[in-house]
Amino acid sequence: MRTYLSFFRMRFLMNLQYKVAAWAGMATQFVWGGMYILLFSAIYSFSSAPKPMGLDQLTTYIWLQQAFLALIMLWYRDGGLFDLIISGNVAYELVRPVRLYPMWYTRLLSHRLAGVLLRFAPILLVSMLLPYPYGLSAPESLSSFLLFIATLLNGTLLTVAYSMIISISMFRTLSAVGSLTLFGLVSEFLAGMVIPLPLMPLGLQKILMVLPFWLTGDFPFRIYTGHIPVSDALYGVAMQFAWTIVLVSIGIIWLRRIQRKIIIQGG
Amino acid sequence: MIDVKNLSKHFKVYKRKNGAFGAVRSLVKPEYEYIHALDDVSFSIGKGEIVGYIGPNGAGKSTTVKVLSGILVPDGGEVIVNELVPWKDRKSHVANIGVVFGQRSQLWWDVPVHDSYELLRDIYRIPADRYAANVSVLTELLDLEKLLPVPVRQLSLGQRMRCEIAASLLHDPGILFLDEPTIGLDAVSKLAVRKFIRQINKERNVTVILTTHDTGDIEALADRILLIGKGKILYDGRFNELKKKFHASRTLKVHFTGEAREIPSVTGILKLNVHENEAEVVFDPENISASALITYISGILQITDLEIETVEAEEIVAGLYREFEI
Repeated sequence: MRTYLSFFRMRFLMNLQYKVAAWAGMATQFVWGGMYILLFSAIYSFSSAPKPMGLDQLTTYIWLQQAFLALIMLWYRDGGLFDLIISGNVAYELVRPVRLYPMWYTRLLSHRLAGVLLRFAPILLVSMLLPYPYGLSAPESLSSFLLFIATLLNGTLLTVAYSMIISISMFRTLSAVGSLTLFGLVSEFLAGMVIPLPLMPLGLQKILMVLPFWLTGDFPFRIYTGHIPVSDALYGVAMQFAWTIVLVSIGIIWLRRIQRKIIIQGG
Repeated sequence: MIDVKNLSKHFKVYKRKNGAFGAVRSLVKPEYEYIHALDDVSFSIGKGEIVGYIGPNGAGKSTTVKVLSGILVPDGGEVIVNELVPWKDRKSHVANIGVVFGQRSQLWWDVPVHDSYELLRDIYRIPADRYAANVSVLTELLDLEKLLPVPVRQLSLGQRMRCEIAASLLHDPGILFLDEPTIGLDAVSKLAVRKFIRQINKERNVTVILTTHDTGDIEALADRILLIGKGKILYDGRFNELKKKFHASRTLKVHFTGEAREIPSVTGILKLNVHENEAEVVFDPENISASALITYISGILQITDLEIETVEAEEIVAGLYREFEI
């Protein structure tokens, strides 16, 4: 446990080293969130058809998305881990008396947690001060707020399991740009990060709700806004656990197979 | 302590003809060949030895180190280190070894050195008092005082290498693998690193396996060398004996004034060349010592200056490579 806490500490220190990046990231998220909200409110004002989600729910959804981006972004990656694999410095990881999968899992988790800890509070604070319906609203109820936190963290475990598979695939491809861009674009859409899931056609929604992507962000955010009542959340929570187990297992087995065949090139 | 029997490992290397055409062709019909990085390698190393592992580029030195440190799984053969098989019992094996890959870094690039050390402390579960004691000893020996609070990216290569070596010894390993530890270092840093390696070998009885291209390292450190070429062990023995074997003879150059007289040959003199005011005497130090030879010649010629050509370690190694055609 101490080992893993130490990784977290290290990661946090490293993120603090880049203060400008943290500020710039935050600014980007404000602009991005604001842009999305303007876009959706324009669409909402032009159409009189009944909406699957109220504008206040939608803006809350978007601000939460921006505040917790580091936890839910599927393309968010630990460049250090990629470099390790591509450069062959992974040799050093293999001479540590720690199992590789848990070590890297902790590393990726720490990266995300450290990223979010530096940013989420200011975004939430400022968005709370914005006038209705453009700001962040209060959660539906205390129970939905607590369930939101639980499912968000649970979803993070799932996101990290997914990122692990992407990182392990680096052993095979040794190139980050191509595969990541593709994975990122597709999974982002499937996760409802481009268009929130409730605004998609019903048929597509049904398919997406079987896949793991929506469980990381869309699901907890909709619990917060009350779009998914606490009483209906069991399906999603069960799916979160199931998918985490599946993705972690795939990652462990794949990494173990690769470890047997590993070649460290270049001296 | 380390037992290696019939170790072998091969790699598949893809070949591609140059240019666009070659690239397309290799897509359709990839060509590759097998490189036997290690081919039936056997040796054993005892506790507290310093072994220099030498060989030309691509001979299999690093591959051996990677197998011994549990990173690579070999194709065949047996390796037992401290009663463990490195790649099977990786976790318990690596807890007792320290590794430095001269071309890579184990320190975190963006944070100060001591933060990396603290992470290693927690990874290896080093007790607080051991950690403190080791850091202070290593800091003193390697002169790290000023380097510890500096982010790694701001260190020079030599400074970083000293920090890397200290990092690999924080957990009191019994065996230290050094893969080209002095690569790219200036003379002062090289000497510091060599002195340090000798010291920890002596004081802590750490077994050291060192691969290097720097013959100075070998001469300064290794009691014993292993020569590897084309994946096979070609020589296993003391470096001094090798020296004798390859350069049994030495050359004495004498400058003199006055008449150039003939020097009558005695036992030990292999070759004589007397010019106008310079004589070259090739002799076998086993049969006649340099001082005896000088006394003998000074009885014949009026010597003004003399020099004995010493054998460079570099030449011995080059001679070895030539002899074994590697």
